[in-house]
Amino acid sequence: MLEVSALNAYYGKSHILRGVEFNVKAGEIVSLLGRNGVGRSTTVKSIIGEVSPQGSIKFKGEEIAGRPSFEIAHRGVGYVPENREVFPTLTVRQNLMLGIKNDQKKPRWTMSEIFEMFPNLAERADVSGGVLSGGEQQMLSMCRTLMGDPDMIMIDEPTEGLAPKVVEQISRLLEEIASRGVAILLVEQKLNVALRISHRLYVMGHGQIVYEGTPATLKLADEIRSEWLEV
Amino acid sequence: MLEVFVFSTLNGLVTGLLLFMLASGLTLIFSMMGVLNFAHASFYMLGAYFAYSISLKLGFWAGLLIAPLLVGAFGALVERYALRRVHAHGHVAELVFTFGLAFLVEEAVQFFWGADTKNYQSPDLLNFPLFTLFGQEFSAYRGFMITISVGIFLALYYMLTRSRIGIIIQAAITHPHTVANLGHNVPLIFMAVFGVGTALAGVAGVIAGPVLTTFPGMAVVLGSIVFVIVVIGGLGSLGGAFVASLMIGLLQSYAIASNLGMPDLLNWLGLEFSRDHPLNDLWTLTLPQIAPVLPFLLLVLVLIFRPTGLAGKREE
Repeated sequence: MLEVSALNAYYGKSHILRGVEFNVKAGEIVSLLGRNGVGRSTTVKSIIGEVSPQGSIKFKGEEIAGRPSFEIAHRGVGYVPENREVFPTLTVRQNLMLGIKNDQKKPRWTMSEIFEMFPNLAERADVSGGVLSGGEQQMLSMCRTLMGDPDMIMIDEPTEGLAPKVVEQISRLLEEIASRGVAILLVEQKLNVALRISHRLYVMGHGQIVYEGTPATLKLADEIRSEWLEV
Repeated sequence: MLEVFVFSTLNGLVTGLLLFMLASGLTLIFSMMGVLNFAHASFYMLGAYFAYSISLKLGFWAGLLIAPLLVGAFGALVERYALRRVHAHGHVAELVFTFGLAFLVEEAVQFFWGADTKNYQSPDLLNFPLFTLFGQEFSAYRGFMITISVGIFLALYYMLTRSRIGIIIQAAITHPHTVANLGHNVPLIFMAVFGVGTALAGVAGVIAGPVLTTFPGMAVVLGSIVFVIVVIGGLGSLGGAFVASLMIGLLQSYAIASNLGMPDLLNWLGLEFSRDHPLNDLWTLTLPQIAPVLPFLLLVLVLIFRPTGLAGKREE
């Protein structure tokens, strides 16, 4: 589904990504792990086109590196940013409406289905997005992206700053998304969440992939965890 | 007294609503690009001139329909092929560009249509008094101006707050990256908003041309007032622009109609002044004389006491 190779990215003269290589297959949950500042968010921003990338990013076999964000989204890449970016003055329903693409046909998700899955959002459908709690905003941001029926969804730090109960809800939603054949690229700092729901994991350090494995192999790789993940 | 008040109110409404048609586009474009389009009133002037030329061949109504479309298309082209490229070089470059464009349009208008005032007439169909009140006539054309302006305001309000495209525009103004990431073509949206904003200015030009006269200086006359409105209303606020437009329209209209002046104020305060005093000109000033300055005075007051404007938000 997604194949990234020799990906480099810069902020001004700072060389942030240095030849990142990884792939995500259909229906797979892949986590991108690593400490703050190692380039995980820059990686997903390069894929969606928010940061100008150098190298190759192939999505469903087609090169998307350097294409405009809206075009990449149209090809089926969904992105949920770290700060959620809920439109504060628009209602929950309007926020969800914004996720629908103009020429969308039979989507995997409908608004009524989303409201069924998240009664909290249904109850507050006509309330401004800005007054929702952090957990509700995260749900809304993820559901808004789902309304656009992506084939792959990239989610940046979905559980950051949220209560354990909400983290649990989000984990369940991620598994539900994957069960419908949507690939997930998860940027996550909470190791326990990533270990529990991921099929495969990549660990990043200094703008490169330093480890590739499965939750089972990473659990055994004490050296990798202490060198690149644990604080 | 009552008749003066009623007619001043009606005339103030006509001017205020006309100003809003210009201010709404300007404030929308500002919200999007973060820069004031100094050439905005030039699109208003182009509307009047295009409509004048079309009206000579096809009549007023064809001009009302075609001229705004031409102006909007020109606006969209300006955004697509000029402003978007200039945008990459920052706000100062954009400001200088729109300044230059305003001069260019004024020169072009003089080149193609000449420097004289054009005999652009309101349609015969509306050349009758709509009603007579206190012995004074209110022309049907002015009633038509009010109807068109209110109609456009309602359509714009509905479009921006209720329709899907309006919601996308609102979101794109504050979060362009997020909207693009959801699959919406933000540059196309911005071009469309610029086109619609300039087309609105074009409509204002078409309907104001016959009343406020069509001449190459008409952009300068109204342009500065529109900037005052956008700042008083709060940069980027459509509601604020609406209130400020009506405020300025009514303020000017009441001031022109009033017969008050400095002598009345001095008498009221019990002060006397001599005709030989060096400041005699100041003591004898009347409200109609200073009416054109009032919007700017109001601007100064707003900038001192509420710099964000009536409905503007402080930049974070």
